[in-house]
Amino acid sequence: MSDTLTAAAAIAEPGQAATKKRNWIKIVATVLLLLLLIALPILTGTQVAYLKVAQYILIGAVGGIGLTLLVGQAGQLSLAHPFFLLVGAVSYAVLAGDPAESDDLVGLGLPPLLAVIGAIVISGLVGLAFAPVAGRLRGIYLGVASLSLVFLGLWLGQSLELFTGGTSSGRPPPTFELFGFEFANSTPAPTIAGVPIQKQQRLWYLFLVFALGAYFLARGAVNSRIGRSWRAVRDNEAAATAMGVDVTRVKAAAFTISSAFAGLAGVMTALWLDLVKPDENEFTGNYSLTVAIAFLAIVIIGGLGSVPGAVIGAIVVYGLQQFFLLGANQFGWFADARFGGLSAVVLSSFVYGAAVVLVVLFEPGGAAAIGRRLTSRSTPTPRKEQR
Amino acid sequence: MGTFVQLLVNGLGKGAVYALLALGFVIIFKATEVVNFAHGSLVLVGGYVVYSLKDTLGWLPAAMLGVVGAALVALLVERVFLANARRADHNSLALLTIGLDVIITEEIVRRVGAAIPFIGDPYDAQPIQLAGITIFRTQAIALVVSAVLITAFFLAFRFSSWGVAMRAQAENREAAALMGIRSSRVTATAWLVAGALAGVAVLFMATQDFSGAGLGRGTHAIALIAFPAAILGGLDSTAGAVVGGIVVGLTEALSAQYISFDFSKSAVFLVMLVVLVIRPSGLFGTKELSRV
Repeated sequence: MSDTLTAAAAIAEPGQAATKKRNWIKIVATVLLLLLLIALPILTGTQVAYLKVAQYILIGAVGGIGLTLLVGQAGQLSLAHPFFLLVGAVSYAVLAGDPAESDDLVGLGLPPLLAVIGAIVISGLVGLAFAPVAGRLRGIYLGVASLSLVFLGLWLGQSLELFTGGTSSGRPPPTFELFGFEFANSTPAPTIAGVPIQKQQRLWYLFLVFALGAYFLARGAVNSRIGRSWRAVRDNEAAATAMGVDVTRVKAAAFTISSAFAGLAGVMTALWLDLVKPDENEFTGNYSLTVAIAFLAIVIIGGLGSVPGAVIGAIVVYGLQQFFLLGANQFGWFADARFGGLSAVVLSSFVYGAAVVLVVLFEPGGAAAIGRRLTSRSTPTPRKEQR
Repeated sequence: MGTFVQLLVNGLGKGAVYALLALGFVIIFKATEVVNFAHGSLVLVGGYVVYSLKDTLGWLPAAMLGVVGAALVALLVERVFLANARRADHNSLALLTIGLDVIITEEIVRRVGAAIPFIGDPYDAQPIQLAGITIFRTQAIALVVSAVLITAFFLAFRFSSWGVAMRAQAENREAAALMGIRSSRVTATAWLVAGALAGVAVLFMATQDFSGAGLGRGTHAIALIAFPAAILGGLDSTAGAVVGGIVVGLTEALSAQYISFDFSKSAVFLVMLVVLVIRPSGLFGTKELSRV
């Protein structure tokens, strides 16, 4: 996916026009947004369903950020993201699982925090293991080759029941806990402003920490040496080599880091669902082709290579789906949708499918380009990339 | 030995269908350099037309209309979306087809609903007994039909003026345009032909013999298997598409029998990976060279 996949992915340098005043506005807006996110469990109160939607968006954001680094920044098309989600989810369940819980399941009984870190590392290493293959392939060849990991994951998930719990029942992910503080319901529960902070509220804060960590790590990577080397490889491998960039190594690093993000998203998926269960087939489920496409849609809608864009994409793709489902459950939307109707999932697929088409046709830079245009009116819009 | 021959014939039948799909990918790729991710949804469109018309019109007219329907939708995709996005590059257009694929697939799956019908009425689930071996009639007919279509395609590609124009454009777009070849017409016909091939393929795919998966997400997923077929042969090689299709069909049939049914789809992708590691542009694909 050499020069072009990434039309407006280039990170706009903060030019002369970025005045101190604008920086202040940015800081205030960021602080307000953070306060809103922190206060969200209080705003939603006992309506936990809304909080679940927000949690789900964060899963999409963490995974999407990982994929946008790989596809947008490093220019390596990958459809293997769900596989690394599965690796992360299963690793967490195995590492933190209670050894005494069941004879049919492997559990190492590690502290959950260690297990999360372990899951991220394992996912990254599996991504690294794919690097020798990925390094030889380009563009669409790489995309289809990476699809094979999804099929491999499907088969491994079904056959390694000791680890995954099998397709019929799966296995429960161990409760996350931090220095004795369990992310589960408790009595009595601490309250903030009259809202009891129970399992879902606690998970929200945990996810928020994960997502913020992922966000700032990715921003840091993009703005540093490694991000520059990714973009150099993406734009022209030969030129990158001439500039002293070790192309093979840079590509491998991109795969490793992206997979690690996906692994974290996998852990979050397991905690969100409260279940680790491999898919029964390749086209439906939490680690299936549908998810691969959804993550690609997140990245495209957000603007290839843009970290904040990936968050916007997650809101559109992951958020809308859960939002419609919530509407269906709580307010009886799509009530006539039993079979063949316009169900929540169908409608959200229409929306994000259409969003992908519109983005490619009218704004190849995605949400990131729109955002850039809105925030920097005085600076000229980035030059359209020539082919 | 009997089992093996049986597997061989059934695998070849499947492979022939994959070859039809892979050929569609390759034709579109050669004409436009766009990888059509929406191929699976074209398959579903053809199948849906057959499903909704076969009870009123009879199977054969419905099947013909299905092929026409898939071809027309392919043409529509090209004319409405791709032709109007000249400024976008090939990779963005490939992403655009993903969006279209999501929309079309969801719509068809929604319309089919819980029915998930089989549409191979005249031949489905009527195995042929021949000298002690059982051959699925669907696969046998698919093999014959595909062989005829593929031969016809290659003859047209080699000798007709359309084929010459196609090849000229694939070779060098600008030069072909300067020689008076109408690029938009070549592109449009490429999509039309690819859509029609997908429309034929679905007649065999959405059957009990072929996969046991009726028209729905299952069929769409099977269409994805044509991706490895096209990639394995080399995305810009028509002969490669046919070889790739056969390799994929045989791999699937043999591994389903001798290893496990669950493994058969992974086996297809593993074979593709091995080929790609050795030959990164597929068996017959043109090597991508970069000038330094």
